[in-house]
Amino acid sequence: MGNTYSIDTVSAGHVNYARVRLWLATSFFWFAAALLAGYAYSLQFIRNYPFAGIEWLSPGRVRVTHTSGVAFGFLVTATIGLMEYVIPKLTNRPVLSQKVGWLALIVWNLIILTTVIGYLFFGQMQAIEWGETPTWIDPVVLLALAIVAVNNVLGPILKFSLESGRGLYVSLWYFTAAFVWTAINYFVGNFLPQYWVPGSAGASLTSMYIHDLVGLYVTPVGWGLMYYLVPVVLQKPIFSHKVSLLGFWALAFLYPLNGAHHYLFSPIPMWVQSLSIVSSVGVHLVVYTVIYNFLQTLRQGGTDSYTKLPLRWFVAGAISYLLTCMQCALHVTLTVQEHVHFTDWVVGHAHFVMFGTFSFFVFGFVTYLWPRLWGKSGWWSDSLNHWAFWMMAIGNFVMWTSLMIGGLIQGASWMALEPFTKSITASEPYWVTRSITGVGILLGYSFFAVNLYKTATTRGEKAPAMARPALAM
Amino acid sequence: MKILEKFSAVATIAGFSFYACAFGLLGVLPWFMTNRVAPIKGGLDFDAVFLPKTVPVDFRDKYKTLAEYKAAIDFGRKNYIAEACWHCHTQYVRPVGNEVARYGPVSENWEYQNEMNLPQLFGTRRVGPDLTREWNKHNIDWHFAHFRNPQDVVPESVMPRYDWFYDDKGKPNDRGWAITAYVMWLGSWRRNEAPPATPH
Ligand code: HEC
Ligand code: HEM
Ligand code: HEM
Repeated sequence: MGNTYSIDTVSAGHVNYARVRLWLATSFFWFAAALLAGYAYSLQFIRNYPFAGIEWLSPGRVRVTHTSGVAFGFLVTATIGLMEYVIPKLTNRPVLSQKVGWLALIVWNLIILTTVIGYLFFGQMQAIEWGETPTWIDPVVLLALAIVAVNNVLGPILKFSLESGRGLYVSLWYFTAAFVWTAINYFVGNFLPQYWVPGSAGASLTSMYIHDLVGLYVTPVGWGLMYYLVPVVLQKPIFSHKVSLLGFWALAFLYPLNGAHHYLFSPIPMWVQSLSIVSSVGVHLVVYTVIYNFLQTLRQGGTDSYTKLPLRWFVAGAISYLLTCMQCALHVTLTVQEHVHFTDWVVGHAHFVMFGTFSFFVFGFVTYLWPRLWGKSGWWSDSLNHWAFWMMAIGNFVMWTSLMIGGLIQGASWMALEPFTKSITASEPYWVTRSITGVGILLGYSFFAVNLYKTATTRGEKAPAMARPALAM
Repeated sequence: MKILEKFSAVATIAGFSFYACAFGLLGVLPWFMTNRVAPIKGGLDFDAVFLPKTVPVDFRDKYKTLAEYKAAIDFGRKNYIAEACWHCHTQYVRPVGNEVARYGPVSENWEYQNEMNLPQLFGTRRVGPDLTREWNKHNIDWHFAHFRNPQDVVPESVMPRYDWFYDDKGKPNDRGWAITAYVMWLGSWRRNEAPPATPH
């Protein structure tokens, strides 16, 4: 430690601005599509599905469009775009090949498009949660992930490490590990249970895939991006690089072992389930070290953490993260699992962390970056951005609360051996609440989308020179 | 400490070795363990379901041979996957939460050691009831009416309607027959055990 890691020599020339813009723009398009799909599906639960009887809008297919859309269409696409900005800045090196970079962008978006068409019009999907992408597209996804890994991520980082001989900044560890993991994990999750491993061993592998997509892609990449954004916006170095080391290595060791907690009380051998519970509890080491590190960093910035909008998104996301991880410490135990497994409690958890944490991180970063990407001095409208923030933040919180209560009620009704339909009627108020908050989230998002568009297209002055980032380790 | 910040350490130890360790514990070992479990006696036991009186006579009118019946179950499963039924229905009974009383015997490994579980359809969300032991819960006409419009049969239901499982005259088409054959096959391999005390 000790040596200062300063990136102020970075020339902006290494970032391919046009491509970052396109990655982000396409990701926001997919987000809109996925939100609409989720909203439509939520109407099925209040018996008002508007497209009943239309085969290609079968609710099941729409649900899968929603989840794949938010995970692959939005989160993966947006974070690859943001990494195309961060990695050249941190390594002072461009991607290995600009041509391949463009190819990756095009192929990735074609993958999402064909996947959605495959789901909706051909009912082609793979019965693997988060891996529903039709089997014939899987090899292409694998290839695309490998290309992004080598060309955009591992290549520049390795060159930097070899040529400069310096240690890597924490963001780069997270990106490196995430891309080694994700390529292997995609193979393990999408091919083994599909072709070779049946039954509960297959379920164990599937669970590993489910968890590692969120735990070994979304989480490390999201936090890696924040380890860049927060110090840059605050103009203060991260509190302790040592503490971040702890968080990273604990994540690397413990997260892959967590998988089986998605199938607790299933026929999967019990020792596997116990192992995953113990390591899930251990993951709290990661959570608290990371949160502590960021809280200490934010403290140096005084009121910045809520007056500066990018940081406000970040803080809201970090609060969701902390809350959801406290929630998950409960529901990973067998006692609570008995009650909440299979219920809306889990759906609440999934939204609160996928939307409330990691999507908020992306929004925060984009709030900082978007005007700069287009050479504008600021957003088209600041108040629209505030509206977007509050509508989505409140929507997220209310949705989580209502799904949590709904989940507890469903679990109790099942255990009491009431007729199954009783659990449906009892959930109605909470499902209605979800659809209402869905409207809020959709509105908030459309504010944001209009602002994105207007900022990019209206004529404005040139941005001031990029502030001097202060990252030290 | 310094070494842990190097690219090579991050990529090989964290990225590769730790994942490989988890793959061994969560993938390879359970795989060996479950592979040793004897699967359902006599393969998938289709004959035992098809031939005796346990199957409604309609299936034997529709599917003349065992091979046709098997093919239909397989096609039904394809539709079950394509409509993402598995995002609303689970296929395992847990040893807790009064599930034995509601659904029937607890799921065991051998039930899933067959090609109908490639990939397995355990599921993670129960919007509707578990279907592991669905074979004798309802009769064939109930299912035909239910897939057409669940709310006709169960007014509180939030299950979608599947009009494309029916032809113009409202009679079930091949897909309608197949999905029904599939759900009415589920769990039939444990038909000799005591039924649940309080079926839902
Ligand atoms: C939106 C979620 C949802 C989807 C998708 C869904 N179901 Fe259902 N299903 C339900 C609910 C809720 C019930 C309970 C009320 C009822 O009986 O209609 C149910 C009940 C059932 C039952 C009767 C269970 C029993 O024991 O009484 C069967 C069989 C069934 N569904 C099969 C299917 C099949 C096959 C598909 C896919 C083609 C499917 N479901 C898709 C929600 C869903
Ligand atoms: C230490 C923290 C965490 C623990 C202990 C934990 C635990 C769990 C458990 C036990 C389940 C399964 C619940 C059930 O089916 O009954 C679950 C589901 C889920 N978790 Fe977490 N979780 C944690 C953090 C996260 C994070 C950070 C993310 C996202 C990046 C996440 C995303 C999800 C999703 C999407 C599901 C739903 C999976 C599905 O579709 O079935 N979790 N979590
Ligand atoms: C308009 C707002 C939204 C609505 C109305 C909505 C609705 C839904 C519905 C109805 C489901 C199915 C739940 C079930 O099976 O019981 C679902 C699942 C899911 N949604 Fe959303 N959603 C919205 C926004 C989002 C956003 C922004 C994200 C993440 C970025 C997200 C991530 C997920 C995930 C991860 C699941 C899978 C949960 C699981 O399997 O446990 N949703 N959503």
